[in-house]
Amino acid sequence: MKHIKAVSTKIFDKNHKTGCGECQASCQSACKTSCTVGNQACAKEEKILRETKEDK
Amino acid sequence: MVHTFIYKHNGQPLYFLWDVESGSLFNVDDVAFLCAVKRYSALNDEQASEYRKISPERIAECEEELSSLESEGALNAPRKISEFTKNAGVVKALCLHICHDCNLRCEYCFASGGTYNTARDYMSAETAKAAIDFLISSSGNIRNLEVDFFGGEPLMNLGVVKETVEYAKSRAAEAGKRFSFTMTTNCLLLNKANAEWLNAEMDNVVLSIDGRESVHNGVRKSVSGKDCFGVILDNAIAFRKIRGDKKYYVRGTYTAKNKDFCSDVLALNDRGFDQISVEPVVLPEDHPLALKMSDIEELEAEYDKLAEAYIERRKTGKWFNFFHYMIDLDHGPCLNKRLTGCGAGTDYLAVSPTGDIYPCHQFVGNEEYLLGNVREGISRQDVRERFARYTVLSKPHCAECPAKYYCGGGCTANALHFTGSPDGCYELGCALQRKRLENSLAIYYIENNAD
Repeated sequence: MKHIKAVSTKIFDKNHKTGCGECQASCQSACKTSCTVGNQACAKEEKILRETKEDK
Repeated sequence: MVHTFIYKHNGQPLYFLWDVESGSLFNVDDVAFLCAVKRYSALNDEQASEYRKISPERIAECEEELSSLESEGALNAPRKISEFTKNAGVVKALCLHICHDCNLRCEYCFASGGTYNTARDYMSAETAKAAIDFLISSSGNIRNLEVDFFGGEPLMNLGVVKETVEYAKSRAAEAGKRFSFTMTTNCLLLNKANAEWLNAEMDNVVLSIDGRESVHNGVRKSVSGKDCFGVILDNAIAFRKIRGDKKYYVRGTYTAKNKDFCSDVLALNDRGFDQISVEPVVLPEDHPLALKMSDIEELEAEYDKLAEAYIERRKTGKWFNFFHYMIDLDHGPCLNKRLTGCGAGTDYLAVSPTGDIYPCHQFVGNEEYLLGNVREGISRQDVRERFARYTVLSKPHCAECPAKYYCGGGCTANALHFTGSPDGCYELGCALQRKRLENSLAIYYIENNAD
């Protein structure tokens, strides 16, 4: 495109059916007086990797 | 919904389109920006004048590109979910008020000198262990559980913290759980032995320092009213040295006394800290330290100043993370998390020294929100279910907000304090959240598109 450059596209489509609840509660990080969730990671992939490792 | 915004980098404007519902970000030229503003909101007089100077051919090019992105679902995308209620049946994180006492008297403390307007009290090991049992038995299939040792000042009751950690670890294996521990400390008692224990046992340690010495000493005083910055900084620096790559944050609060808080963030970075969070104080408007809506332009300009300094420092040996500028556009949390935020009142609860359960640490002491006790369990499930319905989708003020999937609908405690309802709009907090999101997106673009 000549006038528009995509920086990042459609992230919510990829993972909107998750909600496993394994990720960190946002107030356990650094906030305590505000609420920020956009900088948190999805723990699902990490959990699968960890459990696979432990099963071996 | 498309949000258009401009960020000035090195004095030059960068133009962005932010597609709120899909989470897509676009950098555009000035012509496409004006076309997008016209298409999705409205041109102001100055913009309308500029728009009239654009040739019809260029406008057609831009309109075609915008339409193409819309047809791909990357721009002006529809909302993907219209109703959502969080599961109010499981708990995954507890904030343990291990001690309602503090060795500092900070002027802005929401906990009233650590007491939360209750008697000075210390949690017993028996209560803390009952809290661990409550967490395990309430966590359903959730495997990763979190415990945050909070106060007051939790190092004033470190013996119980240690017993609690040992107990939780001993129960984790049999229960099929994994515990992560966090402590938030003012660093006054963070001597070598305590630092080594925290470093070994805590997954995250939050160190409270407000930035510059004058700012810190101005609001964070000892019980006898003395300055404490020197000892706190020395202890925090010593802890940082042994912490290595493990998780920690230095966390400060800015108030009406230091609206130039960029200097405090940079001062913390100058002291060797690389994980920094400095946050706006939350106080009623009649408090002398309160931030007000009339401060918003000044605060926004300060966030811009911080963003520019942040970008420059991250290219150098003074690289650091600022908590509210961290954003991951490629991954990030799932939509459920984005709709519900911190989980206060549902899967995140706070426990007072006597074992009473509240929606979060900021509700402790407010009897209207007393949910139960760790020994007897939840007695006010109706309140938890009310919190489960507080989502981005249920709050009218979130509907048109470009930051709604990045704050999860905001802090229920702040909303309660300012509006009388946990699902109200804390206007200043929302405005600052929007500003920080715009800057985070611009920083993301600049750092991933270096010349």
